[in-house]
Amino acid sequence: MRSTAFLLPLLAAVTSCSSAPAPAPADPATVEAGHKAFAHLVEVLRHPRCLNCHPDDDRPRQGMHQAVHDPPVWRGPDDRGEPGAHCASCHQDRNATDARVPGAPGWHLAPLSMAWRGRSDAAICAQLKDKARNGGRTLDELQQHLAEDPLVGWGFSPGHGREPAPGSQAALGDTARTWIDAGAPCPPRGEPQ
Amino acid sequence: MKLTVNGTVHDVDASPDTPLLWVLRDHLGLTGTKYGCGEALCGACTVHVDGRAVRSCVLPVERLQGRAVTTIEGLSPDGSHPLQQAWARHAVPQCGYCQAGQIMTAAALLEEVPHPSEAQVDRSMATNICRCGTYLRIRAAILDAAGES
Ligand code: FES
Ligand code: FES
Repeated sequence: MRSTAFLLPLLAAVTSCSSAPAPAPADPATVEAGHKAFAHLVEVLRHPRCLNCHPDDDRPRQGMHQAVHDPPVWRGPDDRGEPGAHCASCHQDRNATDARVPGAPGWHLAPLSMAWRGRSDAAICAQLKDKARNGGRTLDELQQHLAEDPLVGWGFSPGHGREPAPGSQAALGDTARTWIDAGAPCPPRGEPQ
Repeated sequence: MKLTVNGTVHDVDASPDTPLLWVLRDHLGLTGTKYGCGEALCGACTVHVDGRAVRSCVLPVERLQGRAVTTIEGLSPDGSHPLQQAWARHAVPQCGYCQAGQIMTAAALLEEVPHPSEAQVDRSMATNICRCGTYLRIRAAILDAAGES
């Protein structure tokens, strides 16, 4: 707890150049709540339903075992698949019930700048707050994205017996709000994966 | 509902969630488009929607209002599309079952990338399965049609 509090100003300084401005850190209890909120947030982000489309290479993953996508597909020039083999060639705007193909509006891979696979919690936290790596979003826009984007929402309603991400999209939005209102604290760097 | 296929508007009496593949084959008699897996895994059912390749076996027909569907029958009126000519030159098909899907995927690729590299062809065609293993001739015909060989 003491070391976390000690690191907060340092982390803020490290990320201040390129990060969206966070509200000023509040009292220790609020900051602690912020850390707890981030711990829950990152638990959701690390679930394979989310992680599979945030790879650190050009291959989407699938399943709880995070296998390379089969049939073989690649990221492509705009994160939406290769010419002639776009993600939307197969993935519709909703789950296909009989064919079992998952779907949601705008199905695509997260850009490489938003890769979470293989990153520590601290690294993911810094990414989330960095406008250069979070799609140019302010923290409020990030919260809105988590709370409302239908592609994020798919993770909680993945269809066909797939294990959903923990909780609900509404709860994820609330958790993100708690984290942001507490000053969006990040875990110290170097913590275990 | 109204459905535009190969430039013709059809009045189709089908449940809105019917996959396009079955409307094409069973309602409109366009049997060039084939059923392979029904799960978007093989590519046999590939057609174009507004010029983009899609797997018709998983596409509910209700999503096609106001959009233009092209099947292998509509790719060219007389089989003169550069890919169809290259396919004949290279004698690509064996049993032929996968070939309509292969050509429609290749046509969508060349529409976006007129002069693809060999690696690009391999990536774009990787999800179209050919049980007869005509992959090398498919690649050669696409590069030929693109003027790359
Ligand atoms: S039948 Fe549609 S992809 Fe196999
Ligand atoms: S030619 Fe027979 S499956 Fe491709």
